[in-house]
Amino acid sequence: MTNSRIVVTGIGASTPLGGTAPESWSALLNGVSGAHTLEHDWVEQYQLPVTFAAEAKVRPDTVLDRPQAKRLDPASQFAMVAAMEAWADAGAPDVESERLGVDFATGIGGVWTLLDAWDTLREKGPRRVMPMTVPMLMPNAAAGNLSLHFGARAYARTVASACASSTESIVNAIEHIRAGYADVVIAGGTESALHPITLAAFASMQALSKRNDSPETASRPCSIDRDGFVMGEGAAALVLETEEHARARGAKIYAAVVGGGVTADSYHITANDPEGHGAARAVELALKMADVSADDVTHINAHATSTPVGDPNEYQALKAVFGPRIDDIIVSATKASTGHLLGGTGALEAVFSVLAVHERVAPPTINLTEQDPEVPFRISGTPTPLGDGQQLAISNSFGFGGHNAVVAFASV
Amino acid sequence: MALSADEVLAGLAELITDETGISADEVALEKSFTDDLDIDSISMMTIVVNAEEKFGVTIPDDEVKNLKTVGDAVTYITSNQA
Repeated sequence: MTNSRIVVTGIGASTPLGGTAPESWSALLNGVSGAHTLEHDWVEQYQLPVTFAAEAKVRPDTVLDRPQAKRLDPASQFAMVAAMEAWADAGAPDVESERLGVDFATGIGGVWTLLDAWDTLREKGPRRVMPMTVPMLMPNAAAGNLSLHFGARAYARTVASACASSTESIVNAIEHIRAGYADVVIAGGTESALHPITLAAFASMQALSKRNDSPETASRPCSIDRDGFVMGEGAAALVLETEEHARARGAKIYAAVVGGGVTADSYHITANDPEGHGAARAVELALKMADVSADDVTHINAHATSTPVGDPNEYQALKAVFGPRIDDIIVSATKASTGHLLGGTGALEAVFSVLAVHERVAPPTINLTEQDPEVPFRISGTPTPLGDGQQLAISNSFGFGGHNAVVAFASV
Repeated sequence: MALSADEVLAGLAELITDETGISADEVALEKSFTDDLDIDSISMMTIVVNAEEKFGVTIPDDEVKNLKTVGDAVTYITSNQA
């Protein structure tokens, strides 16, 4: 066990808003949308009902060297790019291999590798299915490759809890550091699943926005006319470290990661519990671990995917925890700008929450038309100053399967 | 038309560079795949699969273990081309 606080000393991201965390954050504050019409032949070839998404701004295989990129599914490429940025940002900590961990999530894993191999098998036969197929498509490929790249031997783990995955990874990392198994953990999540199959499947379940004529304004959490989420892709990573370890090496500290909570709904495989009991309990667990009260929370990065049912459910869950004060807390629904990165989304919103408490500004929620009275979160289309006092932000993620994960960050 | 040994070597060097990042200059006939070029078994099989497609040959799995050096592979490919 360690009693040391855990702090964030490095951040990285490759997202629809930018190839790095600072570029993504800057575009977010400037109200940029990462969504656009897809220009792939397969959109027309398969007559996809949704013709837009939030593709990553920078292809990761243009950043990595070719032999490295060739051995990684795009999901692992994004993970590698984000983790390398976070690691460099943290000053490449000098840490014993056995005290460095990796906790890196994905919702779907190497879907491109799997389906490319299927095409190859059908067109050319089994001999042409590449030997690296399995180690590239496995969901733990990102965690394994990061462990290999950074020499992390404390542990390397992959959480798969759909859209809650990478928030849950951060919670795992906190627990692992607290239990005394690691001093430093690279935590995060990745997704690269903008494939015609996933677009067709999410569209089939009526989860995606169909505003093909207006991709940039399609993701509109909390708006009365929201019609679904916008698929995104990319990865984000955070270097988490005991404060003792960080101070000893004179590291820059963005924020403290003070609590986390994970629960399950056991209600429905895709729908949220309409009363939000599981989500509320996850928030309460995070606050309990942080040893703070609901009154201390100054900022919330909501899951708010822009689906008709998800947004009001989250409001109800948070209202159960915060009472009428929920209407005063400054909320950001950043998927309005980034789209939904699925397994990468929690880590990205964690990075945004870290920067929000560090820079004392809540990022905007763009695309609000008319606010739904059933989702009356206090949001703004422009950045909102958080003020001078102690800041405490929570970031929520909920996933298919009934997973709820919440992580809390405090200003230092 | 069958390729010459030099042409096969150049083509093989391309595949090796693409897979491993090893400079094509380093790929010479006497080099051992494992001891000199540090190519692991998965990369070796990837190169074999790509070489079969590129040169229109079949390299049986049992034969791969006999291909110790780049020269062994060039000889096998040149003498088994269709």
